[in-house]
Formats: sequence, structure tokens, C-alpha cells
Amino acid sequence: MAADAAAPTRREALAAGLGLAASAWVRPAVARDSLAAAVAKFAAGTPVHEGKVAIEVAPLVENGNTVPIKVTVDSPMSAESHVQTIAIFNERNPLAEVATLHLGPRAGRASVSLRIRLADSQKLVAVARLSDGSLWSSTAEVIVTLAGCVEN
Amino acid sequence: MSTRTLITVPPTARRGDVIEIRTLIGHPMEPGFRADTQGRQLPRDIIRRFACIYGSETVFRAELSPAIAANPFIAFHTVAQDSGTLTFLWEGDNGFSHSESVTLTVT
Repeated sequence: MAADAAAPTRREALAAGLGLAASAWVRPAVARDSLAAAVAKFAAGTPVHEGKVAIEVAPLVENGNTVPIKVTVDSPMSAESHVQTIAIFNERNPLAEVATLHLGPRAGRASVSLRIRLADSQKLVAVARLSDGSLWSSTAEVIVTLAGCVEN
Repeated sequence: MSTRTLITVPPTARRGDVIEIRTLIGHPMEPGFRADTQGRQLPRDIIRRFACIYGSETVFRAELSPAIAANPFIAFHTVAQDSGTLTFLWEGDNGFSHSESVTLTVT
């Protein structure tokens, strides 16, 4: 039994193996900014308010490889008051950014549709920067059954 | 392989109308996180930027990431002001660049 003390137990060996497998998969996720950090970087010190922005996305998605999403901002889109930028972030993809959209008074309506990839069930955040410099955001939770991005 | 695009713009519009523009371009959008069958990581190959130029003004612009699905679909709006050309421009990795033009008649 004394010899066993030095040798790794079955449990340790399994844990090490799992750890190795996990680190190989998790590596891109660890290197990315957290959702909050990504939003903070975009905000650059400006407070982010809840509201004005709406994310339209199915709450349950079967295929994470192509997820229709629509982001709408409540704005008159006039020369004095319009949406300048909409940034979309995710919680658990290998990279925090999804897309940055630049609009202006010529857009007429602040509504953009995209098809995105989701690597896991996660939270999405859309942040809109208005022409007065204020930031508004909205959050959506999505459950994904087949992951996109990393696999397939 | 030629690049295929699908652009939907109403052929005519009244001045001041808000029109919806839908664009789709054939592109794999390889995210750079996937491995091939040998376990080698596939290099990233995505479209980075998209722009819509109406007349001489850029009315919509987007920066894309690997989280955009293959064959990027982007739909947005603009105000019909003058008859003219709408130019769509996609730019990406490995020197990818593609543009398309559509004529819009404003009455």
C-alpha cells in the first residue's frame, strides 16, 4: 500500500485528464473579455442605462450556427437626436464582440437584423450610443441546443 | 469561385420614405476557433467590415466579428432622398473585397 501513496490515484488521474480536456476547450473563452468588461470598454466610463433598446431573438434556439436577431432602438432618428452606434456583445462565445453597427440620421429607423452564432446558452447585450452621448442597453437570454462557433 | 450576393431594395420609393435594405453575401465566415479533421486549427477568414453608400454618403456601416453566421445577412433602413445608386461594400480577411451597386428611383 505504501507504493500507492506516490502513484496518482484513479480519481486524481481522471481529474487531471478532465482538466487537460477542459483547458483545451476553454482556452479561447478564458482569453476573452467578460461580458461586463466588454460593455465597460465600449462605454469608456459613460454610465449605461437600461431601456430604449430592444433585442428580438428566439428564447430557445435549436441551431447556434445561425440565430436571427433584431436590435431596435427607440429614437426619432432626426438630425438632432439619433442613434450613432449599436454594439452587440455575448457572454460565452470565444470572443465577446458580435458586431458594431454605425447608423446616423440617414438611417431613418434604428432597426438592424443579423444572423449570428452562439456557442452556448447565454446572455446577449446590445448597447446603443445616442447622438447626445448617452448609452442605453438591453439584455436577452437565449437557450441554445446545438452550439455554433467552436464545433461542427 | 465568384462571390454571390442577394440584395433586396425596393425599386422605387417616395421621397422621405424609410426603406428596408436586406443584404446577404456568400462567405464561409471561418471563425478561427474550429479544428479540421487532423486537429489543426483552421485560420480565421471572416468579413470584417460592411458599408452601404447612398449617393456619396455612408448611411450604414458595420464591423463584424466571428460571431456572425456564415453567409452574413444584414438588414437595415435608410431614408429615400434622391434617385441614385446604393453601393454595398464588404471587406475582410485575406484581402477579401466585394462591392455591388443597386439603383433606387425616388419619386
